[in-house]
Amino acid sequence: MSLVYPKESLSVFPKHLTPGYRSTAKRSPSKPLIVMPHTLSELTGPFYGHDVIQENDNDLTRQHKSEPLGERIIVHGQVLDEDKRPVPDVLVEIWQANACGRYVHIVDQHPAPLDPNFTGAGRTMTDRNGYYKFITVKPGAYPWGNHHNAWRPNHIHFSVFGHSFLSRLVTQMYFPGDYLFPFDPIFNSVTDEKARARMVATFDLENTIPEWALCFRWDIVLRGREATPLDNDEH
Amino acid sequence: MSEITPSQTVGPFFAYGLTPKGRCEWDPNGQYSWKETVSDNLVTPDASGQRIHIEGCVTDGDGKPINDAMIEIWQADAQGRYASPRDSRALPNAAFKGFGRSTTDKNGIYSFDTIRPGSVPGPHGKPQAPHIVVCIYSRGMLRQVYTRLYFADEAANASDPILAIVPADRRGTLIAGKGKDGPNGTPAYRFDIRVQGDNETVFFDI
Repeated sequence: MSLVYPKESLSVFPKHLTPGYRSTAKRSPSKPLIVMPHTLSELTGPFYGHDVIQENDNDLTRQHKSEPLGERIIVHGQVLDEDKRPVPDVLVEIWQANACGRYVHIVDQHPAPLDPNFTGAGRTMTDRNGYYKFITVKPGAYPWGNHHNAWRPNHIHFSVFGHSFLSRLVTQMYFPGDYLFPFDPIFNSVTDEKARARMVATFDLENTIPEWALCFRWDIVLRGREATPLDNDEH
Repeated sequence: MSEITPSQTVGPFFAYGLTPKGRCEWDPNGQYSWKETVSDNLVTPDASGQRIHIEGCVTDGDGKPINDAMIEIWQADAQGRYASPRDSRALPNAAFKGFGRSTTDKNGIYSFDTIRPGSVPGPHGKPQAPHIVVCIYSRGMLRQVYTRLYFADEAANASDPILAIVPADRRGTLIAGKGKDGPNGTPAYRFDIRVQGDNETVFFDI
């Protein structure tokens, strides 16, 4: 399989400089990015994580003595390429706030309680069908200093590897119907409505476990599609 | 129209999940204590070649250190082979994976211990000078930026096809200078990353 990574696919990504999100002002390149061809260095990528993942790394509710507080949820889905083929055997890492909207990170000083039974980090490898699954609690919304009365919608941070370093994706998964969507400059940094919708999980009643946990489905589509003869001619 | 999942910022709070060891000094409650997935030390017992140390400061448009960035590097081994299925010359059982992750400290400093990569094949069969692909993530970056690290003491830079694309007056931002050797005479290289402003690092549209 020989994949190509058309740059046009990146058109749905946020702009580096997005004034509504204030921190981008001094942390975005001001000079034009230099266009370059994809060489072996870009078309290859880390094949990583197999020897590190331990049992329960994907179950954030079982990493401490007792269970964390909050609404227990299952988050699952498939990692796919642009042809919607599964991406098997890749590392997926997540981190999130607890049910009260507080991260264990020492810089987070939001005056909401920490939960001694919740760290909020998880990781897993996709199986041969590109499938991943986490068990966690629904993260709370939290305030941040971007503008007056700024609150982040509930979200889980995702870090995903693909077939190459070009497929590498760090993003956030949101929950359906969040009333904070219209006010969040990070969510709205993706200007295309359909693309924004791809960051929002679907409530998955079918896979909800009765008497135990609600379920959300979120598929992740990475860069990379099958090369056509035309693509090969370009090289 | 592409249907890929858009990028969002890594935010300020990734460390306990992605770089726990790099922030262990912050660890009041043992919350950062789980085994890290990816380390800033790429050296494995099977890796042949020259051990090197790479260090640098990440700064913003005001020249202030960015103390919450994550840096990932991807590189070939000393023979110029990538530990990836896409590289047909890869050694499938090699322990050396060529992938590392570091976080910046309170002074904006990141570092890696690794092996100096070999020359790798480039476009149209022309070799590329030894280099490392560098990817930067941080709060205030809604998507990662890619750059490349080349070595100042490498004659092959003069014929590197990618450096040749970069305007001559900006090429220097991609060249890691020789630093003070570390323990056991390990060569050290300095590679500062200026995200914005004067002498801004070259980032690639890939």
